[in-house]
Amino acid sequence: MKKVAHAFALSALLAAPALAQEVKIGFVTTLSGPAGYFGQDARDAFNLAIEHGGGTLGGAKINLLVEDDAVKPGQGKQIADRFLKGEGVKLFTGIIFSNVAAAIVPDILEGGGTYVSLNAAPSELAGKECHRNYFVMSWQNDSLHESAGANATRLGYKRAFLIAPNYQAGKDAIAGFKRFFKGEIAGEVYTVLNATDYAAEIARIRASNADMVFHFIPGGAGIAFARQYAASGIKLPQVVSGASGDAVIVKAVGEPFLGTAVSAQWSSDLDNPVNKKFVEDFQKKYGRMPTQWAAQAYDTALGIASALKANGGKFDQAAFRTALNKADFQLTRGPFKFAANQHPIQDWYAMNVVKDAGGNFVLKLDQKILTNHTDVYGKDCKM
Amino acid sequence: MSLVIEQILNGIQLGVALFLLAAGLTLIFGIMGVINLAHGSLYMTGAFAMAWATSKTGSFWLGVPYGLAAAAIAGILVELLVVRRLYARDHLEQVLATYGLILFFNQMATIIFGRQPLLLAPPDALSGFVTILPGIQYPVYRFAIIVAGLVVALGLYLLIARTRIGMLVRAGATHREMVRALGVDIRLLYTFVFGLGALLAGFAGVMAGPLYGVTAGMGEQILILTFVVVVIGGVGSIRGAFYGALLVGIVDTMLRAFMPGLLRTFMAGQEADALGGGIGSMGVYFLMALVLALKPKGLFPAHG
Repeated sequence: MKKVAHAFALSALLAAPALAQEVKIGFVTTLSGPAGYFGQDARDAFNLAIEHGGGTLGGAKINLLVEDDAVKPGQGKQIADRFLKGEGVKLFTGIIFSNVAAAIVPDILEGGGTYVSLNAAPSELAGKECHRNYFVMSWQNDSLHESAGANATRLGYKRAFLIAPNYQAGKDAIAGFKRFFKGEIAGEVYTVLNATDYAAEIARIRASNADMVFHFIPGGAGIAFARQYAASGIKLPQVVSGASGDAVIVKAVGEPFLGTAVSAQWSSDLDNPVNKKFVEDFQKKYGRMPTQWAAQAYDTALGIASALKANGGKFDQAAFRTALNKADFQLTRGPFKFAANQHPIQDWYAMNVVKDAGGNFVLKLDQKILTNHTDVYGKDCKM
Repeated sequence: MSLVIEQILNGIQLGVALFLLAAGLTLIFGIMGVINLAHGSLYMTGAFAMAWATSKTGSFWLGVPYGLAAAAIAGILVELLVVRRLYARDHLEQVLATYGLILFFNQMATIIFGRQPLLLAPPDALSGFVTILPGIQYPVYRFAIIVAGLVVALGLYLLIARTRIGMLVRAGATHREMVRALGVDIRLLYTFVFGLGALLAGFAGVMAGPLYGVTAGMGEQILILTFVVVVIGGVGSIRGAFYGALLVGIVDTMLRAFMPGLLRTFMAGQEADALGGGIGSMGVYFLMALVLALKPKGLFPAHG
């Protein structure tokens, strides 16, 4: 008899969350491979935001379904498909890499889902293929590199040497940098994607008359490049976007990276209460400095929370869209609005790699370099 | 001019690393007739063991023997457990089995060490730069790789050309049946050759670790170039592997370095850079096709 009672009590417990308003969020991200730390930081920060909301986002109980895409578009597609059709997920986020996003975001949108990006934002989806159920809370990809170009111009460099892998995101990086760099280009190198040895390219940097180097080599290869660059003895200053100089890379490369100019839409020492709480609690909970990937994910969770809250803790696609577009939230990065293509209008900051009191290599805020910056593709977006 | 010299050194450094891998591969194919796709896995084994031992002991120099021993032992085990059963089979089955070994080794490395690349710094003695010629500085570590590789090449030459075991290896490469007929314990010779090839691959892996970082799957990145070297040099020929490796290393580096500049003289900048980068990475395969067209058995064929 007692057993039966127990069983009843247990099933009542199990059934309880299903009765409360629960919103499923499909979190397709990259947790494995050299770039696995991106997804790890994003996931952890997203969970922190849920914890800060008392187990909810905007009053809606959240069921976060996290899966690893391993940077394989095919694998990501399968996961998204399962979430959409098997689990009935309507709200998605989490994708790190643009090639994965380009493969699965259209599927999600066609399947009636809503996607709120916390990282990847390829140009097509900002322009011609923009969609009313697709929001970006990070940045349009080009903006990262545009900020580096603007930063290099501000620092007074005249001749830039550019290096990126020979694929779409690499070419976009170089185009983005050039769009905001006023000096001349001393050299431009496209490497084999996932190359490990950069000796030939580094020698070309040495032989050029450049006064600075901009590089965008994502993932673990970027660390290999930075170390080989350091070992080459070239003293040319580096100006990079946050993608090539986040907290993890800065820590891994260490001393040789000192003085590098980095730019991003967020810095750990931005002075606002949301950011202070985020940085402090993230460190307390996970025992490491949050990267910009973590801050973006936390901000995305806050954005989703604001839209769910406006609808009484329920997810309704049209109402969610209207509410999110109002951008009624305070983020870790400060002021934020959505442009017509539902991509950010936001400020960008310059940072420098310095050694802190404890002898660690960290990013330190320098100054604001771009105000109310948005992307160039919005004009092609007809919703 | 200094750029050309520096790039030639970079080419030699790549060539030397390729030689260490190609020597083992070409010996194993030349003597046992086995296509060993898992050769890159032995390179990775050496790098991982070395990175692990270095992090445990805190010393690069103590890590090196661990890396070499691990690669050699892994090689001997692979020969005893898997490859030994493949000698009599055809090449397709060998390729399938050794491809399976690649998957096995990569997954094993992922399970044990995770997917984050292991980074290790070169020892202090090999950090910094040497001045090769006035005005030309070169990283000590890359220079040390060149020196170590050439020393190993010399040692290998002496071993093959001047010792009894080397005589058997040479005889095995050219007249396999005759060696067997003369009553030499061919199984022991096979195991020795496989172990030697693994040791050389492990040495290449050990040297590559501090330069590129150590990750699962690192072996396959270099394995393809290694096969190009073996084909260009002539299958089964150590001498061919040596010259082939230097040729591939230098051609690959020079094309990557100078092709865009060359194209720039008659093309728009950005297109030249993109196209030059593409041609640069295809160059060695053109070279291989050219060699195969002119000398189908490679530059230094082992069998007559």
